[in-house]
Amino acid sequence: MGFLEVEDLKVYFPIKGGLFNRTLGNIKAVDGVSFSIEQGKTYGLVGESGSGKTTTGRAIIGLNDITSGKVLFEGKDLTSKKSKTASVRKDIQMIFQDPYSSLNPKKRVLDIVAEPIRNFEKLSKQEEKKRVQELLEMVGLSPESILKYPHEFSGGQRQRIGVARAIALKPKLIIADEPVSALDVSVQAQVLNFMQDIQKELNLTYLFISHDLGVVKHMCDEIGIMYKGRYVEQGTKQDIFENPQHIYTKRLVAAIPDIDPRHRAEQKQFREDVQREYEQSYNDYFDSEGLAYGLQSVSDTHLVALPEKG
Amino acid sequence: MWKFIVRRLVITFPQIILLSVLVFIMAQMMPGDALSGMIDPNIDPAAIEKQRENLGLNDPWHERYVDWVGGLLQGDLGESFRFKMEVTELVEQRLINSFWLGVATLFFTYLIAIPLGIISGRWNDTWGDQLITGYTYIGFATPLFIFALVMLWVFGFQLQWFPTGGSVEPGLTPGSFDYVWSKFQHLLLPALSLALIATVNTVQYLRSEIVDTKQKDFIITARAKGASESRVYNRHIFRNSLLPIAAFFGFEITGLIGGTVFVEQIFGYPGMGLLFMESILLRDYTVVIAVVLLFGIASILGALISDIILSLVDPRIRIK
Amino acid sequence: MSEKLLEIKNLKTSFRIKDDYYAAVDDVTLTLNKNEVLGIVGESGSGKSALAFSVMGLHNRAKIEGNILFKDQDIANISPAKLNKLRGDDMAMIFQDPLTALNPLMIVGDQISETLLLHKKNMSQKQRKDRVISLLDQVGIPYPEHVYNQFPHELSGGMRQRVIIAIAIANQPELLIADEPTTALDVTIQAQILDLIKDLKDDMNTGIILITHDLGVVAEMADRVAVMYAGQIVEIADVHTLFENPLHPYTRSLLNSVPNTQEGQDKLHVIQGIVPSLSKLPREGCRFAARMPWIDESVHEENPVLHEIKPGHFVRCTCHKHFYFPDESKEDSNHGVS
Repeated sequence: MGFLEVEDLKVYFPIKGGLFNRTLGNIKAVDGVSFSIEQGKTYGLVGESGSGKTTTGRAIIGLNDITSGKVLFEGKDLTSKKSKTASVRKDIQMIFQDPYSSLNPKKRVLDIVAEPIRNFEKLSKQEEKKRVQELLEMVGLSPESILKYPHEFSGGQRQRIGVARAIALKPKLIIADEPVSALDVSVQAQVLNFMQDIQKELNLTYLFISHDLGVVKHMCDEIGIMYKGRYVEQGTKQDIFENPQHIYTKRLVAAIPDIDPRHRAEQKQFREDVQREYEQSYNDYFDSEGLAYGLQSVSDTHLVALPEKG
Repeated sequence: MWKFIVRRLVITFPQIILLSVLVFIMAQMMPGDALSGMIDPNIDPAAIEKQRENLGLNDPWHERYVDWVGGLLQGDLGESFRFKMEVTELVEQRLINSFWLGVATLFFTYLIAIPLGIISGRWNDTWGDQLITGYTYIGFATPLFIFALVMLWVFGFQLQWFPTGGSVEPGLTPGSFDYVWSKFQHLLLPALSLALIATVNTVQYLRSEIVDTKQKDFIITARAKGASESRVYNRHIFRNSLLPIAAFFGFEITGLIGGTVFVEQIFGYPGMGLLFMESILLRDYTVVIAVVLLFGIASILGALISDIILSLVDPRIRIK
Repeated sequence: MSEKLLEIKNLKTSFRIKDDYYAAVDDVTLTLNKNEVLGIVGESGSGKSALAFSVMGLHNRAKIEGNILFKDQDIANISPAKLNKLRGDDMAMIFQDPLTALNPLMIVGDQISETLLLHKKNMSQKQRKDRVISLLDQVGIPYPEHVYNQFPHELSGGMRQRVIIAIAIANQPELLIADEPTTALDVTIQAQILDLIKDLKDDMNTGIILITHDLGVVAEMADRVAVMYAGQIVEIADVHTLFENPLHPYTRSLLNSVPNTQEGQDKLHVIQGIVPSLSKLPREGCRFAARMPWIDESVHEENPVLHEIKPGHFVRCTCHKHFYFPDESKEDSNHGVS
């Protein structure tokens, strides 16, 4: 039994059109996704724009309506009506991509960080202030900054404020949606370091959503690769990076620029080989609609979307 | 695009029906009915009641509504209490006058707005821009009825450049050159007064569109291609900024309606606005109702025109 | 030795904020040869884009001092008419955001064709159209005749970026400045676009300035690399030297911040803090000194200059000789530096 279990999750968005704005069909943003995360681990959800990775994260936390499927958190079904309001919700928090737009510019840091506390706990003004100051210290910001506004902080610091808000209720699971992609490289490294520190300190579990395989490789224990709403491959970090099976995963891995200029020629060769394989064997990996097949297991930890044999 | 326009047209019908219902309810709330004012007060109330029954005035509201709409569709807007004539007849000439006043006002509005907006937007924060922006602030702050009075006093009475009332010199043969010329002269001062105030919105809107477009990335792309400053403005900035202005056109019509009420009153110009005011003062409710209905329809059509223009000029909508 | 295409000498580009001028690019000197890719790396606020815009003359109200010699002609402060002859013809630029860099109300064909119209006066309309279609084909756009008549919003991000590249290479420029050309794109598309730029360079013998924050992109593309911090070049070297033997503390920290170099390492070894904003830049002494307070102040030069350590390898200031990363076993106290 996993800590977070997602079973056959589907999120469809209706396509409106025609003369009377009827529903003509569905965009299958998430189309049958299943995975599970163990407590204290970091699970990476990787994909390009439109792959459905963000929608998956938002559906788990309840920001997108689920069309069908189950989300079990510590054995409790989050999709049932009852749990929508229940306190399970405070155990799951989200960190958003853009530190510039995800913080309300008209609110002080105190109000931003205290917001979830106010929703779930009754604290006096004094207690609340003390709590916020502790949180700010924990994310490496000066406790005096509670009365400042978001624009007085840099991007990395804002992301820390976002993290402070997310950990305010001592959650168990944090869904981090591209938490560093809007940040400069060295600031990105600072935030990643800090996310790791705080994970150890609070025994957090991360669902880490990102398009950046380099970052995912650094952060995650297990990785799922999404393409057009479906999983194409899932496995441990080693499975994915050292032994990618699906052509799409190979393309992603091949596309990461190699930081060592000596590998330039090999890297280009590798990329060309993968591209050739992609063109030649496209039909082996995608169905007639260009979607991935169901997952088949290759090893205990490694699942790949391949057509069923025979 | 056709889909968009058809869909937009389909939406217009419920809007007009809703308008008619609202106007009908309003009409019902007005004191009196079709018999009020027509009857000798000495007649036995019972006889009046009988007459009411015969005319269907005691029918349930939805039947009366259907009757009323049926009449509207046949061009029957009722009869004026005061003038004892068909409202349709009363409105016809007024409508034509207002139409020309509107056309002239729109013409002047854009004649003023486009050059001022362009100058102000292209050279923003220069003294020229500040002058124009200053004018727009004055325009925003000045109540139309005061401005129109001042215009009338200065150009009509003091300088005597323009006639001070009516829509045409009496005694001229309709259709003759003198007649048309006189109509034009009567139109000019109210139209200008209205345009000078109404245009400030468009000037400001165009200015901010241009200032906005100037900072867009594709302008940098154009410069990097080696396009001269004038080409950048003519081909990229003005074109892109004028399109939303074109879409504003329909709303301009809506805005005009409010303006004509004041301006026609002040210049004694016999159009719909003046008729509206007169009939309110005379408590000529059938006329008020008719005018409100027509104004409402004009507003709805204005919005419709705006959306259609927008769909024609903006490829992002056109393609859908 | 290869031929010199662009030579920038002591360039200083300043912007006016209230009543003072602040230099976003300060004392930059560099050269670019034909058929060479010079990578310029830095984070936001480092002045790398301001440098590119200075070369292209795209700054609106900036004070530009120093020399920008393009084919031996100083273009730093030439007349707009002369500049417009060069821009789009001999030198061109690829922009970061394909979503906003194209005019939304103009068909793609006309936007590419405009570059030809401006510089190839004797081309007929038919010739221009043919050329645009062959350009679309060259940048790898399928169905070029069809795409010619499409509006930007009908194309995907990768396709739009190809259109922007087509605009830039329409007149086979000798100098191409690519400002974060792949930042807004998906990784698989990024790889395709980079390969495209590389192929085009070899075909046309173009000198390329590649501006990016992505060290992986630089490692794959560049021949030489300049690292910018706070408006200055802090280190410049050929790509192998820079990645194998980085000297300046900032370069070292930057390289450490890339996660996949740190195989098996738990922590990314980076220096805390960010590039200071334009109005808060230290104007005297080593601009990086404030980021490493554990290093003795006396090791910095009073007026740091670029020192040639080895032929072609330049490093600013002398502090790199004494630099070490602080022990990060305990959370350092530098978090809140703004």
